[in-house]
Amino acid sequence: MSDEQSSVSDILEDNTYKYGFTTDVESETFAKGLDEDVVRRISKKKKEPQFMLDFRLKAFAKWKTMKAPKWPNVQYPSIDFQNISYYSAPKQKKVLESLDEVDPEVMRTFEKLGIPLDEQKKLANVAVDAVFDSVSVATTHKKKLMEVGIIFCPMSEALQEYPELVEQYLGTVVPVGDNFYSALNSAVFTDGSFVYIPPDTISPMEISTYFRINTEETGQFERTLIICAENSYVSYLEGCTAPQFDTNQLHAAVVELITLENAEIKYSTVQNWYAGDKETGKGGVYNFVTKRGKCQGNNSKISWTQVETGSAITWKYPSCILLGDNTSGEFYSVALTNGHMQADTGTKMIHIGKNTRSSIISKGISADHASNTYRGQVKVGKNATNARNYSQCDSMLVGDKSSAHTFPYIETANSSVQIEHEASTSKISEEQLFYFESRGISRENAIEAVISGFCKEVFKQLPMEFAVEAQKLLTLKLEDSVG
Amino acid sequence: MLEIKDLHASVEGNEILKGISLSIKKGEIHAVMGPNGSGKSTLAKILSGHPSYEATGGEILFEGKNLFDMDAEERSLSGIFMGFQYPVEVPGVNNAEFLRMAFNARRVRADEEEMDPLDFDELLSDKMKMLKMENKYKERSLNDGFSGGEKKKNEILQMAILDPKLAILDETDSGLDIDALRIVAEGVNSLRNENNALILITHYQRLLDYIKPDFVHVMHNGLIVKSGDKALAHELEAQGYDWVTAEN
Repeated sequence: MSDEQSSVSDILEDNTYKYGFTTDVESETFAKGLDEDVVRRISKKKKEPQFMLDFRLKAFAKWKTMKAPKWPNVQYPSIDFQNISYYSAPKQKKVLESLDEVDPEVMRTFEKLGIPLDEQKKLANVAVDAVFDSVSVATTHKKKLMEVGIIFCPMSEALQEYPELVEQYLGTVVPVGDNFYSALNSAVFTDGSFVYIPPDTISPMEISTYFRINTEETGQFERTLIICAENSYVSYLEGCTAPQFDTNQLHAAVVELITLENAEIKYSTVQNWYAGDKETGKGGVYNFVTKRGKCQGNNSKISWTQVETGSAITWKYPSCILLGDNTSGEFYSVALTNGHMQADTGTKMIHIGKNTRSSIISKGISADHASNTYRGQVKVGKNATNARNYSQCDSMLVGDKSSAHTFPYIETANSSVQIEHEASTSKISEEQLFYFESRGISRENAIEAVISGFCKEVFKQLPMEFAVEAQKLLTLKLEDSVG
Repeated sequence: MLEIKDLHASVEGNEILKGISLSIKKGEIHAVMGPNGSGKSTLAKILSGHPSYEATGGEILFEGKNLFDMDAEERSLSGIFMGFQYPVEVPGVNNAEFLRMAFNARRVRADEEEMDPLDFDELLSDKMKMLKMENKYKERSLNDGFSGGEKKKNEILQMAILDPKLAILDETDSGLDIDALRIVAEGVNSLRNENNALILITHYQRLLDYIKPDFVHVMHNGLIVKSGDKALAHELEAQGYDWVTAEN
């Protein structure tokens, strides 16, 4: 009995945000504020080619004319963009010859987060690009990937080594002026990951980026670009955590995916940014992200899977532009909100080519005072003959103060399409958990069973280790929200 | 095995049980009968450890241990089984998986190895055959969309899998047609042995034609007002509850 109780209290203890620590490293941080000069300085700092500076300046000019979107179903005080620093990097020697030269504190941070980077301990089947504040600090397995022609490196390095590839594709999926936050990102992004899979190549391992915010008043703006050439395949994972601060940090990333003929990209995210204080709602990350993929070549496929468990506010719609014929787009999402978190998330499926297919499976879980909104758009152009879409949006409520909302938008200009939409709302109740307990099943296992039952169509899309991790994360977060 | 002494219990501040005493030994079957609102189901809920029901006085000992020191999970792991009157629906959780979780929780407690899904499936198939349950109930979500009768059968299936020392069946007969009642009763009878005990909570005596109790207790207004053997149930059937309730 006493054993039982201590294990339950251990679980509850774990439930506080365990990634909330900060690391003391010497950083170079720009003074707060944003003007054209800051944009130029970022570009200069990174010794970027001219096209990149032009791209940034164009985006900045555009951004100045734009206003932050008001349509999402989330509430927050307006952000003072002059009160944010747009560049922060751990100080390091000019060029890193090997991982030994990375600040050991930074290495330890990632190890503490479960992402060992050094040669002996690094994860065997996953190549990792570790991004600390605005800068990529280490990338593992680069050589092994290079042997099969795969380029996996920080965006800043890609701009030096492969400028023609970057210039060819950057901004082709998310144009500089696409939306307020993507325009801001295009002007001030500091780093991110770049992946190029050459034709006829199946990536021999999972490729991943791990994002870590460390500094209090820095915005994190990463830019990820993944190009998968003809007949190739890559599975890409993204993970995120941030320290616990009373102030809000802005995270405005842009991710662009491009598939050429017969190619496939599978992109998975487990997002666990600091969500703010559970009781007061103070602090937490504003996660305003633009993610979009373009199925450019015929018969290509892009699949987004996301497990969103953190951030004070989440505003993101990983989308697919189904340009080629016979292309397909998928969106699998679990979004958990508890405490005072707010999420407005979903997807857009734009059918342009013939025989294009898309499917959307969205699971929203809302507990405590949180609000959870699904917003999805299915748009079928006039040439998209025989396009098909299936959407399923399920919401689960925990307690009686949380809320769930579903806003599906469907627009079609072609009469041969088939579109299906299903939605449901359910509750996880004290009676259900009691039923499990009365059969000798612990509360923790009961919550896990109910949640994994609810989310199973999404979890089965994740790579094995990620699925286990995601399931645990959800259980821990809900443990003291139920009952 | 179970010793209930002067049990008082309240729900939302209203005293429902006003001093129940009952002693149950290994191998015995006790029937607890009574009109609606007499406190039968509250007694069942208290025994199962439901958090909304509060014992305010007296004590319950199970194999010499204070039941009030054990939460619902612990009671189950110690060998108490509650067959619910209204089993809850849990969409998304596979019935067979749920049964295996419950079965293995008990194994882990006994320091035994967990049973793998294939072996468990064999065990489950046997028990389901006994209850004439179709295979499709393995793959369906736990109680989700089950009819009243199917839910009750599923409760007895859980009892068969968990093989408890003490089972409390709360109104298991309600919602069962006559064929289902016979199958369920045969199932319960086949699980009986000299080491386990059974409490049947029921409004009607018809279940007692199939499962023969050693003792019958009649509850009224939160008290046991009459105890006797099987003959008492027949007398109740003939004369109605007014016969005992009027006297008290």
